[in-house]
Amino acid sequence: MKLLSRKATCNSHGQDSSYFLGWQEYEKNPYDEVRNPTGIIQMGLAESQLSFDLLESWLAENPDASGFTRNGESIFRELALFQDYHGLPAFKKALAEFMEEIRGNKVTFDPRNLVLTAGATSANETLAFCIAEPGEAFLLPTPYYPGFDRDLKWRTGVEIVPIQCTGSNGFRITESALEDAYQLARKQNLRVKGVLVTNPSNPLGTALSRRELNLLVSFISAKNIHLISDEIYSGTVFSSPSFVSVMEVLLERNLANTQVWNRVHLVYSLSKDLGLPGFRVGAIYSNDNTVVAAATKMSSFGLVSSQTQYLLSAMLADKKFTKHYIFENQVRLQKRHAMLVRGLKNAGISCLDSNAGLFCWVDMRHLLTSKSFDAEMELWKKIVYQVGLNISPGSSCHCAEPGWFRVCFANMLEETLDLAMQRIKDFVVSTATKSSNTGRSHHLSSKYSARKSLSKWVFRLSFHHDSENER
Amino acid sequence: MAITIVTEITNLRRRIPPRGIEQMEQLLSKIATNEQHGENSSYFHGWKAYDNDPYHPNQNPNGVIQLGLAENQLSFDLVEEWITKHPSASICTSEGVQMFRDIAIFQDYHGLPQFRNAVARFMGKVRGGRVSFDPARIVLAGGATGASELITFCLADPGDAFLVPTPYYPAFDRDLKWRTGIQLIPVICESSNNFKITKEALEEAFENAQKSSIKVKGVIIANPSNPLGTTVERETQITLVNFINEKQIHLVCDEIYSATIFSRPNFISIAEIIEEVDCNRDLIHIIYSLSKDMGFPGFRVGIVYSYNDAVVNCGRKMSSFGLVSSQTQHFLASMLSDDEFVDDFLKTSSMRLAKRHQTFTSGLEEVGIKCLNSNAGLFCWMDLRPLLKEPTFEAEMVLWRLIIHKVKLNVSPGFSFHCVEPGWFRVCFANMDDETLEIALKRIRIFIQATDKKSDVPAKKSKQWQKNLRLSFSGGSRCEYEESLKSPSVMSPHSPMSPAQLVQTRT
Repeated sequence: MKLLSRKATCNSHGQDSSYFLGWQEYEKNPYDEVRNPTGIIQMGLAESQLSFDLLESWLAENPDASGFTRNGESIFRELALFQDYHGLPAFKKALAEFMEEIRGNKVTFDPRNLVLTAGATSANETLAFCIAEPGEAFLLPTPYYPGFDRDLKWRTGVEIVPIQCTGSNGFRITESALEDAYQLARKQNLRVKGVLVTNPSNPLGTALSRRELNLLVSFISAKNIHLISDEIYSGTVFSSPSFVSVMEVLLERNLANTQVWNRVHLVYSLSKDLGLPGFRVGAIYSNDNTVVAAATKMSSFGLVSSQTQYLLSAMLADKKFTKHYIFENQVRLQKRHAMLVRGLKNAGISCLDSNAGLFCWVDMRHLLTSKSFDAEMELWKKIVYQVGLNISPGSSCHCAEPGWFRVCFANMLEETLDLAMQRIKDFVVSTATKSSNTGRSHHLSSKYSARKSLSKWVFRLSFHHDSENER
Repeated sequence: MAITIVTEITNLRRRIPPRGIEQMEQLLSKIATNEQHGENSSYFHGWKAYDNDPYHPNQNPNGVIQLGLAENQLSFDLVEEWITKHPSASICTSEGVQMFRDIAIFQDYHGLPQFRNAVARFMGKVRGGRVSFDPARIVLAGGATGASELITFCLADPGDAFLVPTPYYPAFDRDLKWRTGIQLIPVICESSNNFKITKEALEEAFENAQKSSIKVKGVIIANPSNPLGTTVERETQITLVNFINEKQIHLVCDEIYSATIFSRPNFISIAEIIEEVDCNRDLIHIIYSLSKDMGFPGFRVGIVYSYNDAVVNCGRKMSSFGLVSSQTQHFLASMLSDDEFVDDFLKTSSMRLAKRHQTFTSGLEEVGIKCLNSNAGLFCWMDLRPLLKEPTFEAEMVLWRLIIHKVKLNVSPGFSFHCVEPGWFRVCFANMDDETLEIALKRIRIFIQATDKKSDVPAKKSKQWQKNLRLSFSGGSRCEYEESLKSPSVMSPHSPMSPAQLVQTRT
């Protein structure tokens, strides 16, 4: 008899992919300004390290939150014992208000409809458990965050069917793409329970337009299905157009308290907007009481540490601080984004126009030796080994077109980003030189002989990094 | 465009007519809408009574005293003292803030190395240094709740079964079955031999499963046991290991009460047993947590320790769904690496638990109430069979309601632990201060003595108990009890009370 479960022995966790190779190489040879200046620079990590100083100075000014104290008195016992899955009321209130602030106070959130979970990873899985049976499906626009393959499918048995978006229109979601995906699911005998979008998008770095949001609302209404809007990057919108949450669109269309209203759910987290992925703070927001009730019970499997809830309830309740933080963080993100875009442009590489996120969606199609995912892998390996940058290939995000890469800009020092840009420039120049020297537009190095296994990677549905939960 | 939207809005509004509950529920999964989370069970009736009328020495001295909460609240002073002396354990204090960004960013599902090392070391200390644990085999999870579910996902497919000795922790029904789709098959244990797990009972449960074509993937035990408060003997564990080894099924040992041993016999961990008994170690797994031993349920520290590499590997990936906050990992790594503190804590906590247990059981014995002989845990397994009208679960329910509403104590009835014999109740003793415990004992004394007076018969004659019970307390009728079951409100052991309220009820 098989010793372990099917879940334990299958590959749905998605971590056996080629995508992992880049991370592995980075870990073997990580860049360090002093100790390893020729090492690989990590640009595959969607984290923000730009604003810790703001958090640290807040901590210095707020000793109560720092220790287990309230007004100087120990509340350690209270926190150590607090395991109520309804969450610390003060924390949920502060989190709800923080979410409102990010949305320009155009929507309101009732803390009673917030469910706390151990990170957005848990929030997404929990919603999948609540909404779909094993074998049912969610539609997701491509390209999408590789971790969704694990979070939505692995233990739930739910399927993902892609809504194909292409570079021809800036990867915007279209009505026909939605419909095509729905029909594709039907052809595969998969009952569609909902659509899941990330807004702002990972890996695109773009916020969904009003048009797209309206399309989505109409679509889920017509099909009588759910919409999950993963808004974990909502606080990273650093330039116009400003962020529009699907909740805002529902209000604009007077759909509050309708059945559609009850089928739209948000996922949030403090991992990106506050740069605190280690603290495992995720949340589900739903207007449907049954979903809230079920998700709340499920959150037992991954509650947020009471110690962390307490710290963050104090921090987020400090409105002066949050206002300043959101603003300053966005300024810094914009600056970094501009640096990356400029640096790439300097190397003749363009990016998708973006106004959010911690990364750019970079167009390297012109650097491919052929219009194929094999060529994308080949280019990727060159960038990892020769150029010394770990970036994320579009295929790992299920992009329909080869040649796109996600490049992160907020997880390193400015100097490191500068160096990365220099390396890319050098690479592009040398590649161009080689091409012109040989008189051919294709120049293949035969270093990467594992071509057969490359195509095997491409067609695997799941990609995920081994040791990080990063997006 | 405007016209299209208007038409759409009109169409949307037309779809608004209210739908039946059934249709609404089809929109959601079965898991979301079935009762498998177990929270609508009558077990929570007592919780509801407590939440509606919680005891407070000044504000509500006649309120219900909570004796249903298995928490260890006896040794926080030791921890608080440690915290005051070690400000750098927090990443938020001026002494510790230089670690803030590294810790805040750390989401590696392997866990902080120093945390894993500290936990492995702590687990070794709890077992008297008789065995050691490899930090590389430690997998983090969201509390023992998360750990239990995680190990089940790794070992069993939907429809598969685990054997579990009765009586067992009620929430296993949720943790092991709800989202995983597995089944639990009881291994019947009886009072005639102090609820020990026997080979016959194991074989019978296994055969029953086979007859129903149910694939058994393993056995899960709690050692020390909740609700019994007893450690599992060496011989019994050897029997278990031989049983699972012969059938090549898993053995999952929930050892979350391992540091609550307060008297002999000593705790023997499965980690020790497999050092002396030959078995396939790929079948052995331990669930651990700091919620009971340290009294930290709020910090959500769950651990899966497996001797099976594939399970560690898979479990680690699954732990993404319930990692321990890095802030908490850092804090606890610091605390648990302090050998002097840990040694002192374990010794003192054990002494205080012993004292509480002694106070409580002798208080009960004074009025003729016996408990199962126990040496661990945060509760007693109280024998109230003599107080039953008749040896049925119906009578147990009646008695239970009496205890909640008349004696004003929330205790946990044996049926909620799947006990096969009516009349047993789990009573916790470590989640309140001395004064409150004394008041609880006083109430029990009054209840028993009042019954004595009315019957004019010495307390020890059990048949008289039953008669007197019926005569003295008319409020505990079956009808009233069933009425209360129809209440739609859902309660849970996770009380919706705010922390402020919680603080108030603790003196």
